Amino acid sequence: MVTTASTTVHILLFASYAERLGLERIDAALRPGATVADALAYLRALPGGAELPARPLCARNLAHVGADAALADGDELAVLPPLAGG
Amino acid sequence: MPFLSDTPLDLAGLIAEVTAPDRGGIAAFVGTVRDHHGGRPVAELEYSAYGAMAEAECGRIVEETERRWPVRVALRHRIGLLAIGEAAVAIAVAGAHRDEAFAACRHVIEELKRRVPIWKRERYADGTVEWVGTGQAPGLTAPGGRP
Repeated sequence: MVTTASTTVHILLFASYAERLGLERIDAALRPGATVADALAYLRALPGGAELPARPLCARNLAHVGADAALADGDELAVLPPLAGG
Repeated sequence: MPFLSDTPLDLAGLIAEVTAPDRGGIAAFVGTVRDHHGGRPVAELEYSAYGAMAEAECGRIVEETERRWPVRVALRHRIGLLAIGEAAVAIAVAGAHRDEAFAACRHVIEELKRRVPIWKRERYADGTVEWVGTGQAPGLTAPGGRP
């Protein structure tokens, strides 16, 4: 029996990035062992996704992470435009 | 108290939160909405946030700051539509003496700008609207930083 396991990641987009892709939230089914970089590649393949910068700021489950960070099933990944608080 | 507020900020209230008989030095910082950006007149400005993470990151900054210096920190950031001159961020820090209060207050605002997911969209006097990005600092993402 063949099973096709996948890792579902809840991706959130904000501010200018949400406008560019025309969405604020999308669930991505990624291969097991996927990283933040894989999720970004998924986003880049969407309409408007090519406009994302090479290395956008990212947060996994409410904490900043780098592109090498591993993603687990059910993780929330936020892609953050340049911050402008304060 | 949440760190994000959709109503005007109250610096006196923040100072009251950190005031104590053994804390003789209180430093405060208030960041307000400027009437210009890049030489263009700004009419108004809207702050938005990734609320859950902004709350978590502000909590981490306050915790780290209170661990590093013997101080108490109160911090609020405004979200929503702000007029020129309104306070966008307010910080009050109290310690036994001024040195730790000033140092810790500076640390809180710099870390907030570097780490807390808040964005602003400015509407200029000519009617155009733009997202403004200023706070990204190298070192938050690893490896290689950001564009």
